[in-house]
Amino acid sequence: MEAEIIYIGLAAVFGIFMAWGIGANDVANAMATSVGSKALTIKQAILVAAVFEFLGAVLAGGEVTSTIRKGIVDASLLSATPELLVYGMLASLLAAAIWLLVASKNGWPVSTTHSIVGAIVGFAAVGIGIDAVQWGQVGTIVMSWVVSPLTAGFIAYLIYLSVQRLILTREDPLAQAKRYVPVYIFFAAFTITLVTILKGLSHVGLNISLTNSYLLAMAFAVTIALIGMVAIQRIKPDPKAEKKQHFYTVERVFAILMIVTACSMAFAHGSNDVANAIGPLAAVISVAQSGVVGAKSALPIWVLLIGGTGIVIGLATYGVHVIATVGKKITQLTPSRGFAAELAAATTIVIASGTGIPISTTHTLVGAVLGVGLARGIDAIDLRVVGRIFVSWVITIPAGAFLAIVFFYLFKTFLP
Amino acid sequence: MGNMLANIFGTSPVGPLEKHVNIAYRCTRELYGFFVSAIAGDWEAAAVSRNSITALENEADDLKKEIRLHLPKSLFMPVPREDLLELLLVQDKMANRAKDVSGIVFGRRMGIPPSIADELLEFVQRNIDAAKQARKSVRELDELFTSGFRGAEAALVESMLDVLDQIETETDERQAALRYSLFKVEKDHDPVDVIFLYQVIEMTGEIADMAERVGRRLELLLSH
Repeated sequence: MEAEIIYIGLAAVFGIFMAWGIGANDVANAMATSVGSKALTIKQAILVAAVFEFLGAVLAGGEVTSTIRKGIVDASLLSATPELLVYGMLASLLAAAIWLLVASKNGWPVSTTHSIVGAIVGFAAVGIGIDAVQWGQVGTIVMSWVVSPLTAGFIAYLIYLSVQRLILTREDPLAQAKRYVPVYIFFAAFTITLVTILKGLSHVGLNISLTNSYLLAMAFAVTIALIGMVAIQRIKPDPKAEKKQHFYTVERVFAILMIVTACSMAFAHGSNDVANAIGPLAAVISVAQSGVVGAKSALPIWVLLIGGTGIVIGLATYGVHVIATVGKKITQLTPSRGFAAELAAATTIVIASGTGIPISTTHTLVGAVLGVGLARGIDAIDLRVVGRIFVSWVITIPAGAFLAIVFFYLFKTFLP
Repeated sequence: MGNMLANIFGTSPVGPLEKHVNIAYRCTRELYGFFVSAIAGDWEAAAVSRNSITALENEADDLKKEIRLHLPKSLFMPVPREDLLELLLVQDKMANRAKDVSGIVFGRRMGIPPSIADELLEFVQRNIDAAKQARKSVRELDELFTSGFRGAEAALVESMLDVLDQIETETDERQAALRYSLFKVEKDHDPVDVIFLYQVIEMTGEIADMAERVGRRLELLLSH
């Protein structure tokens, strides 16, 4: 009995540590695009992130959590020794959280998702046995790490191309922007809502029929688009600023759109990345409470709440500074460009969340930014940095794995 | 992880290029006051103008180096890096010419025949106009990048470049007329001074030539 309390207690502490790390760093990347483009102030960004990260985590974080919790390790091999799964999950959480901390201190671009998946695969393959890893599932996940930035890039490319064709190259871009931006708002709100309703809500006990899902998403998106339209109509041209920059007012119209995509981005991030913290936590709780591996217990809602809260605390305590620093440096990403990147990334991530695939939000966003760049949307992209990001992709997985293996043997030796 | 996304973005060359052309234009603009003083024989006032020309030329030079430093080959941009560097180079040459011209005139305390003074000043002014039009066109770079070098914005820049071409043609005509005016009175003046005066006219005319080359470079960017 006592051992179980220790297990759950440790898992909760490590889980919050990990969630804190995600909020402190990852979220900042997701929100900094909006701050950099001056669509949101830092305070507003924190507010948006807090609310929508939390909503995303709780409403749509279930599928990915379930993948992390039981999709990577083959539980059938552990029915005789359930405590090994507990040690492993604890070790993975601690390993990923520490790696994340070290990496962020040094400014290395790592992914929380890559480190936790690397950690789980590491402890399972070395600590238990090569067969303990569900390689088919892991293969799918790794494939998705390649596919998701490409998909986001492609979508971003198409979106930005449409922005150029429909608005920026026209005779009267302001009138065009006022006409088309509500359509983009509708599209953003519709996609995110629909995927959430279709894929996420069953975890919180809501089951809605397919037709009703579409109708609900449609109604929600139209409402948001109408609100956006009212806000856009209130924007009046500023002739003084226009003289310096002809697209000044047009960008302000896009800034309204970017508020919507920033919410989407925070929601998407919460839905995919909360799992990195609470997936292992949920696995530990399930084993500790039932004493068996793979018990068919549902994901307790308080676990999702812990993850969401941890992220928000990380954001408020440390993420603020990161947002401020990053936001200042990415002024190239004006709202017309930033929204395209955010919308493409958010769509890709939410779809992945719905399918239960853990992907890296940051890398997806990077892919989207490159997509805008390919559409001649960004003044200058430093390919060296992009190269470094790809390298850090590869390094993070063995690093997470190595740390997890070390902690696994430590826990195995010292824990009851 | 914090600054990784930020670092993907290289330093945009757009703002610095617009700043650079502004300095280069301001440098050429000083040339008018300089010639007014030189014609009046007021070399103290000319020295003041000459100093601001040199200072602005240095400033343009420093900024040029700075921009080059921040344009590594690893940058991925909507337009070729070489075209931007070439644009920078010709912008810088407008300032160089202003400095060279003022250097010769000031160094030799050059006397300018009163009969050509007005014509010379008009000619200088027209060259400055060309630099000004070049500045106006380059200042559209920001908007050009935003609109992907297409559509209404591109057409707007095209029309600005047409005006620049007209000004440059006009400076050519004025240059020819000015040389003829000098030719008519050259025998009344010191031959060495006259030879240098021809050179000064030639180099001043190059300011408009460089401005026109700025235009050519912008046009190349539009054609990508």
